[in-house]
Amino acid sequence: MSTPVVDIRDLRITFDTDAGPVEAVRGVSLQVAPGEVLAVVGESGSGKTVTARTILGLLPRTARTQGAVLLSGRGGGEARDVTTASPAELRRLRGQDAAMVFQEPSSVLNPVYPVGWQIAEGLRSHTRMSRAAARERAVDVLRRVGIPDPEHRVDHYPHQFSGGQKQRIVIAQALVLNPGLVIADEPTTALDVTVQAEILDLLRILPREFGAAIVLITHNMGVVADLADRVAVMYDGEIVEQADARTLFTSPQHPYTRRLLDSVPRVGGPSLRARPEPTRTSHPADAGAAAEAAGAVAGAVVRARALEVTYPGRLRRPGFRAVDGVDLHIGAGEVLGLVGESGSGKTTIGRAIAGLTHVTGGSLEVLGVEMNGVRERRFRPVRKRIGFVFQDPATSFNPLLTIAQCVAEPLVVHGVATSPQAARGRVDKLLEAVQLPRAFGDRFPHELSGGQRQRASLARALALDPELLIADEPTSALDVSVQARVLDLFARLQAELGFACLFISHDLAVVDLLADRIAVLHRGSLVEEGTGAQVLGDPQHPYTQRLLASLPVPDPVEQAERRARWQELRTP
Amino acid sequence: MATESPVPTPVPTPVGAVATPEHTSRWKRLPVVHQLRTSVGLQRGMLVAGLVLCVVFLVVALLAPVLAPYGWAQLRADGELFGAHIEPNADHLLGTTVAGYDVLSRVVWGARTALYTIVIGVAASIVIGVVLGLVSGYFGGWLDRVLVVVSDAIYAFPSLLLAILAAIVISGGQSSMWGGVIATAVSITVVFIPQYFRVVRAEVVRVKGEAFVESARVVGSGHVRIMTRHVLRNAVRTLPLIVTLNACEAVLTLAGLGFLGFGIEPTAAGDWGYDLHKALADVTSGIWWTAIPPGVAIVLTALGVTLVGESLNDLADPRLRTRRRKALVAGEVGQTVAVPGGVLAAGPEGVGGLDALEGPPPDVVPEPEDGPDEEKDR
Repeated sequence: MSTPVVDIRDLRITFDTDAGPVEAVRGVSLQVAPGEVLAVVGESGSGKTVTARTILGLLPRTARTQGAVLLSGRGGGEARDVTTASPAELRRLRGQDAAMVFQEPSSVLNPVYPVGWQIAEGLRSHTRMSRAAARERAVDVLRRVGIPDPEHRVDHYPHQFSGGQKQRIVIAQALVLNPGLVIADEPTTALDVTVQAEILDLLRILPREFGAAIVLITHNMGVVADLADRVAVMYDGEIVEQADARTLFTSPQHPYTRRLLDSVPRVGGPSLRARPEPTRTSHPADAGAAAEAAGAVAGAVVRARALEVTYPGRLRRPGFRAVDGVDLHIGAGEVLGLVGESGSGKTTIGRAIAGLTHVTGGSLEVLGVEMNGVRERRFRPVRKRIGFVFQDPATSFNPLLTIAQCVAEPLVVHGVATSPQAARGRVDKLLEAVQLPRAFGDRFPHELSGGQRQRASLARALALDPELLIADEPTSALDVSVQARVLDLFARLQAELGFACLFISHDLAVVDLLADRIAVLHRGSLVEEGTGAQVLGDPQHPYTQRLLASLPVPDPVEQAERRARWQELRTP
Repeated sequence: MATESPVPTPVPTPVGAVATPEHTSRWKRLPVVHQLRTSVGLQRGMLVAGLVLCVVFLVVALLAPVLAPYGWAQLRADGELFGAHIEPNADHLLGTTVAGYDVLSRVVWGARTALYTIVIGVAASIVIGVVLGLVSGYFGGWLDRVLVVVSDAIYAFPSLLLAILAAIVISGGQSSMWGGVIATAVSITVVFIPQYFRVVRAEVVRVKGEAFVESARVVGSGHVRIMTRHVLRNAVRTLPLIVTLNACEAVLTLAGLGFLGFGIEPTAAGDWGYDLHKALADVTSGIWWTAIPPGVAIVLTALGVTLVGESLNDLADPRLRTRRRKALVAGEVGQTVAVPGGVLAAGPEGVGGLDALEGPPPDVVPEPEDGPDEEKDR
């Protein structure tokens, strides 16, 4: 093996916090060979990002480092220890020897400069170069990362590009100085799956085309399977397992790795719920008709006909139609999975059902109340029959109230209990139902972990024993093993209490675990609806097919096949 | 998720640590006290210095009858006149003024007048500003737009001019103590309402968009309940900073009024500004003791209040806050943090310290992966 691009030896990092020092990384040793893709996986708090940031010396002032991080330049020569490098030296290293691709492309690019200028900035700060030459290099690198018409687009501003293109530009920015190492910190987490697949395609050619090694930091095992040559699994600040990708996925050694792989949900895997017989067709038109018929018979809790939601535009510009003529229904006790990418209108539908967003057209009937033009006074009594679980458990609790007070809130508001204290008995039962110890009721929301908070959120939503629960991406902010537990609990409670549910998610695999029926949204319209087996087993609509093919699976061999199919679908 | 994770029962094992949620006592979580406990180094020095000055000011103001050797308008003791411009001596520690008042007594009683002004001015502007900001930010619409325009217009008003106007209107030319105090308080109130209004409104607009407010709406809470229980308490965290600015401005405006001759008659109350005004002529004739004591009193009061405000501001921001550094002891430190939710010591105010609590399940060490990510808990 040639000299590694980066050689991390026994790295220890400690943070000074208000609560005393916290050890984030303890004794990590890693090597990355030239042209290799090393994936560092682990859950939030495992120290993966901190480790990778150390390579560029990008730690906050409160961090203290021990050990060595030896970074070699592309031209060979002596490897330098980043942990002891002076600020001037660090500046020289950054961009030239190692560069970084961040998670959120829209916040990494400066909105007031053209992208070409931002790419050239890196060049001009490292090498003496004329404006014209730098621009030429920028155009060149933009072309190589797949931005069409780069001569023209180099002068465009970040907002004129789509999310995927912005991430390409960020990657171009990292590549323009031709570094030997690119650190990609969750490069696709903020992107939709179909865009993610394209960015992964781009990242895959980097070692070949640019000769750059990649340190890929991610929590998504599918992405790892798609891209990585070698995988390092981090847990609790240590590397628990290091192996090449195929070995790791076929025979994981460490129990934590096994648990991690087990908790990744897969499309077509065993469902968490006993499914009723498939009765509906997968053609959207038929599905709508069938839905209407079934809704009339079963007394659906939610029925939407040609539902439209338009957000008002500014200054006489036309509004944005987020939901455009959607027909759907949710029967009593049924779980409907609503899938779509960002901007598809899935959250808007959930909010419209909960009365948080006005319905602007068509008809939406929720528990017998027509929501088009409804008044709050009329809808308030219905509210207690609806529960809502929000996406981000960190913000969905009032930080100044204890968990018990938060969970008691619906009981107090609807007069079931006179005060949070009086409701405590019921609250304790609810906490038990979501498998939280009673004592957690006296804690404040920030004293719970993300998964615990999401379970408390579920307890609050179920406080009044609702007939309908709306869960808006309830697990997308959680780590995969925590997600597994929350979903399991969710399925168990649904079976016990029998509430109907609208389960909104961007993750096909998660929806497949829980839903009786799946509805796929694309740009505000419903493109496909049917049972899980129908929609995911035999998708009819090209968009559903693309969506399904772009979802990376945590198995390198299978993923290679899927990738081929995805490229086939994309080309025509 | 083919199989359940190896955790057999869903209830996490380290429940023992959970059974006793140790919340720090309420007074330790009060705004200033909490910051004092978390601060270190220069920031702590600034805060302590400011607090000491403020406490001295408060003690002097409250205990004026005990501390002052004479009354504020007293001209004679035991039937004998003090005399004008007496140099500091045993009877008059800081000498007497041109009119024959005891300087020390007037400075001590002046603290009392300043305190009245601060309390009335701050209380009035807080109440009005917060209520307007809350209503305006929560409901929005035309009311919000009108209030924002009005508050912008008030920014253009010089506070001293307003105070002079108020002094004339309220006291009708007769400068009594309450006339002067209320004139100052009114002008301070008018000038500071926009500041409270803006800050509270901005916070309310932010908090209104948070998921927990939406969740209260979904539950079916009414507007008043959402405003008071969910929004208001989350929107007033930055107020202590403005209060200190407000208090400082009140002291300076009162002094300014007195200095310009719109102050309080010496027979009505002690007034630092008035004393400075009368001491103007003395400075050129080498009489230092009439001008310096009230001037120093004004400076120290304003400085103390500002120092408290400044350091609260720094401490509230995790990026500016310095933290205690301990010698690196490998191994042991990690153990201490591995206690699930072990960082309970930080109160709701300890914004920066809390991100360590985000995320991981009980058996994973919490870690501030993305650095001081204060937004998360705000």
